[in-house]
Amino acid sequence: MVLAKRIIPCLDVKDGKVVKGISFKNLRLAGDPAELASLYERQGADEIVFLDITASIEGRKAMIDVIKRTADVLSIPLTVGGGIRSLSDIEELLSSGADKVSINTAAVLNPSLIREASEIFGSQCIVVAIDAKRKQAYEWEVYIYGGTRPTGLNAVKWAMKVEELGAGELLVTSIDADGTKRGYDLDLLRRIAMSVNIPLIASGGAGSPHHIYQALTIGGADAALAASIFHYGEYTIGSIKKYLVERGIPIRLTGEDVVDRA
Amino acid sequence: MSAGERRVRVAIVNYGVGNLRSIYRALEIAGASPVITREIVALERADAIVLPGVGAYVAAMRFINSIRDKFINILLEKPVLGICLGMQLLFEGSEEGGFVRGLGLLKGYVTRLPANVKLPHMGWNHVRIIKEHSHLISGLPKKTFMYFAHSYAPPVNDSYTVAITEYGRPFPSIIESGNLFGMQFHPEKSGRHGRILLANFVRLVREEHAKNTL
Repeated sequence: MVLAKRIIPCLDVKDGKVVKGISFKNLRLAGDPAELASLYERQGADEIVFLDITASIEGRKAMIDVIKRTADVLSIPLTVGGGIRSLSDIEELLSSGADKVSINTAAVLNPSLIREASEIFGSQCIVVAIDAKRKQAYEWEVYIYGGTRPTGLNAVKWAMKVEELGAGELLVTSIDADGTKRGYDLDLLRRIAMSVNIPLIASGGAGSPHHIYQALTIGGADAALAASIFHYGEYTIGSIKKYLVERGIPIRLTGEDVVDRA
Repeated sequence: MSAGERRVRVAIVNYGVGNLRSIYRALEIAGASPVITREIVALERADAIVLPGVGAYVAAMRFINSIRDKFINILLEKPVLGICLGMQLLFEGSEEGGFVRGLGLLKGYVTRLPANVKLPHMGWNHVRIIKEHSHLISGLPKKTFMYFAHSYAPPVNDSYTVAITEYGRPFPSIIESGNLFGMQFHPEKSGRHGRILLANFVRLVREEHAKNTL
């Protein structure tokens, strides 16, 4: 028995619609989040992440509606991130049907939010998202506000700090790799995986099943998040999982585990 | 369920902030008529009680202790399903948040999983059935993946353990003892097999209800 590595499709949502940012810019329209999430569940996704990239109040309301509609049809976990600033934001998202929230900018601006949120809601529903950009050979800097503003924080040290504050999971995105489809930043992932004892989700750069394999082995990640390789039908989640199983990665294959009843 | 039969009423106890929407919806799909409540009257009127997997041990017990005796009486007389934290509450106490006294309906103490594994135990892990005759598991494979999100777990004990999972140490992932049922994973988040378990629970509640109204 071993904990399965997770494959997590991420949907960027703006004004209630799915988009995918290429290096956080140039947004392209692509469909209804609830429908896509449901499709991914049928394909074998282990979790779904929604990243709300809306700034307007109307957009936030649309997001709550999307979460409710999605939670009503989904029977796998749903994580929601983007624009979370306060305990009441978290409460609203969880009570609308999110299982976990992903906090990024607010964690840097107000680290006590992580501690308070993990005490009230439980560590298991508090994910801290870290957007990191390589500064020199083995040093990465944390960026906030959607990857636009440097903070001066060292990404590995920040990861250790948020673990101490009570974060239940880390979602680490390489700003350099994001949107390139040339693979995850394996050095960054490995450094963080070796420094903390909470689950790590790799993000940014997936362009092939091999990249995901690398993140889960060399990178030491517990889960791999990807967006565009799923959205535009280049690979199905099932085909990626098959690729990983053939290479000995513990993976939950839907349907297949029914076979071994004694 | 025949056309004339009413849906069984399942009360989800609202003792903590979190995602109660998913378990509400999953019970509805399983054929029940759920209600989210912390009112004694509503709990008494329900055909079954669900202790959901949201919030922290101490916060949930703070609410429960405010109505402790009445609450325990309610739990003694109808089917109860504890999910994740909700299952842990059935035990004598937990290490979570120092030491907190639980409901004491099952023997044993909930402890933190060992530090040699990443915590929380987060994601899909195998649930291995060791007690085949439990009604709760009919239609379920002997070994299946379910979704976990927790750092604490009760001890394994032959008397109530229906299924086991290992993460750092073995712990009971499905339990059954008289009218008490529990799952350390989240059936409402565990895909098709989670839905089978909830449908089985609702069926048990319906049978129990039919027996009592004869």
